[in-house]
Amino acid sequence: MAKATMTTALVGGALALGLSAAAPADDDLATGKMLVDTCAGCHGTNGNSVGTASPTIAAMDPLVFVDMMIAFADDETYSTIMGRIARGYTEEEYELMGEYLHGIAYQPAQQDFDQSLVDKGAKLHDRYCEKCHVEGGKPVPEEEDYYILAGQWTPYLKYAMTDFAEERRELPKKMARKLDSMLEAEGEESLAALYAFYAAYTDFESSDDEDEDE
Amino acid sequence: MTMNRRDFVKATGAIAAIGALGAPGIALGQGKKVVVVGGGTGGATAAKYIKMADESIDVTIIEPNEDYYTCYLSNEVLSGERTLDQIKQGYDGLKARGIKVVHEAATGIDADNKVVKTDGGEYPYERCVVSPGISLLYDKIEGYSEEVAQKMPHAWKAGEQTKILRSQLTAMDDGGVVVIVAPPNPFRCPPGPYERASQIAMYLKEAKPKSKVLILDSKQAFSKQGLFTQGWERLYGFGTEDSLIEWQPGPDATVVGVDPDNLSVETDFGDEVKGAVVNVIPPQSAGKIALDSGLADDSGWCPVNKKTFESTQVAGVHVIGDAAIATKMPKSAYAANSQAKVTAAAIVALLNDEEPGVPAYVNTCYSIIGKDYGISVAAVYRLSEDGAEIAGVEGAGGLTPSDAEDFALAREVEYAYSWYDNIVHDIFG
Repeated sequence: MAKATMTTALVGGALALGLSAAAPADDDLATGKMLVDTCAGCHGTNGNSVGTASPTIAAMDPLVFVDMMIAFADDETYSTIMGRIARGYTEEEYELMGEYLHGIAYQPAQQDFDQSLVDKGAKLHDRYCEKCHVEGGKPVPEEEDYYILAGQWTPYLKYAMTDFAEERRELPKKMARKLDSMLEAEGEESLAALYAFYAAYTDFESSDDEDEDE
Repeated sequence: MTMNRRDFVKATGAIAAIGALGAPGIALGQGKKVVVVGGGTGGATAAKYIKMADESIDVTIIEPNEDYYTCYLSNEVLSGERTLDQIKQGYDGLKARGIKVVHEAATGIDADNKVVKTDGGEYPYERCVVSPGISLLYDKIEGYSEEVAQKMPHAWKAGEQTKILRSQLTAMDDGGVVVIVAPPNPFRCPPGPYERASQIAMYLKEAKPKSKVLILDSKQAFSKQGLFTQGWERLYGFGTEDSLIEWQPGPDATVVGVDPDNLSVETDFGDEVKGAVVNVIPPQSAGKIALDSGLADDSGWCPVNKKTFESTQVAGVHVIGDAAIATKMPKSAYAANSQAKVTAAAIVALLNDEEPGVPAYVNTCYSIIGKDYGISVAAVYRLSEDGAEIAGVEGAGGLTPSDAEDFALAREVEYAYSWYDNIVHDIFG
């Protein structure tokens, strides 16, 4: 049964997040699909967004998804509306949604971008971002701990970046360090190159250079 | 229509009984058939989600119009922010999924024989979804009629009516008064009349600054009122002498009659109010086919089982969208889309001899008050334990905060546009 798979897959995360081990009977809960279907109005059918301001949530790492929902619900991550909606669900429901979304094929956003910046963006990504946003920021559903950037809508990524910069959204220490050093070394225009690279959703291979920060 | 024992058993969820009682001879051996009456937000979503969940189900939509104009964002057509073509949707996406779309008008539902009748034929079903939208009750306002609506448009069903109202606004001289007659509860799109006033004011501010919008309301309060008035104060001088928007509440301002020759309306108080443009949004009920098929109760709306949206009055027929009595859910596009998915899942389960699962419902609704100025309301709902109410989860949902910063109000506009692109794709794509 799907439920058993989910429990196995998420047991580590559930403990880490301090989630309750007491699960209500199955018939008290909507399925992951039923819950995710309610997201489609804003995030697209099966979580693949065709609207430029809303992120695609398909194929997300389920633990990352649950973490994000908790942060929205607690207003630790700024949102206009997501927090209001996130507060309508239990953590167990977040897990069901996360598990369902994890299994959906990712459809990168089809959007315009500046082709001339893509190669530069790839290099910047490799140097400053690849450590956490693995595989060029693409989804790697067969693995854990991935944070999707590639194929997301640029307007959405810009909102997220603005929120980090304005301290509306908690910037992980490692990311703050990387971001600072990138902006210092490469200037603001480095962000435009990264956006172009993520929008291009192009083939990417990391050079696996030693990371001077680590 | 009274409920017999069989209907009662079905409506109260004795699901196991349905397989034995429900399938008429005509449907046996023909596979699983669903007929959807109405190809709007609710109907098109239900058809698509049934087909996505179980390709073996034969799904037919009965919809007289070849194009569908969304009511949502149609207020932007009135202000000129958007063209009518940009709110036009079609059925090619659904047809490509193997859904049959028949452009005929449903004339009746024979629930005993499980057949939908149209002006062109008969369509047998095992399960029927009725998503008929609203009827406009012209006769509740003296002198108002479908014919008069050519001159005093309602524009509460988008398309030709939207076009008429837009052309009247562009033809109007500077200094004219645009009268909006707001309907009594319950009605389609509760914040709609006030978003409309906002969008028209935005147009007037730019193009005809000596003009104004006068809302004659039958109600004393309205959806998102605090946020609307705050936005109107900031953008349109609301509450001052030069305000571009004036709101007169009921019961005094309730419009009881219209005079199309004079372009005037008569209020309950006895005032005659003249407008350069008069937009009359009349009282509403469930769509005609629901009324004609015994799906509506004395209120004019359709009572349903909140878990499956099966009518409590006619077995085997599910009613969704604006026409349904969905307790706390508003008559909005998001609600219709959400109800359609609950219904689709229930129908797929029932047709496969399974019990419908736990439903989940959401509403999200944006209103665009002006340039870079959007507001929203959202809710997450659960079925109450006794099944009687679709109730909002406490502590969740709610409105845009009244102290939202400018960047947030601007983002809400972009989210509204993203919402539009995603929801129409979710419905018709």
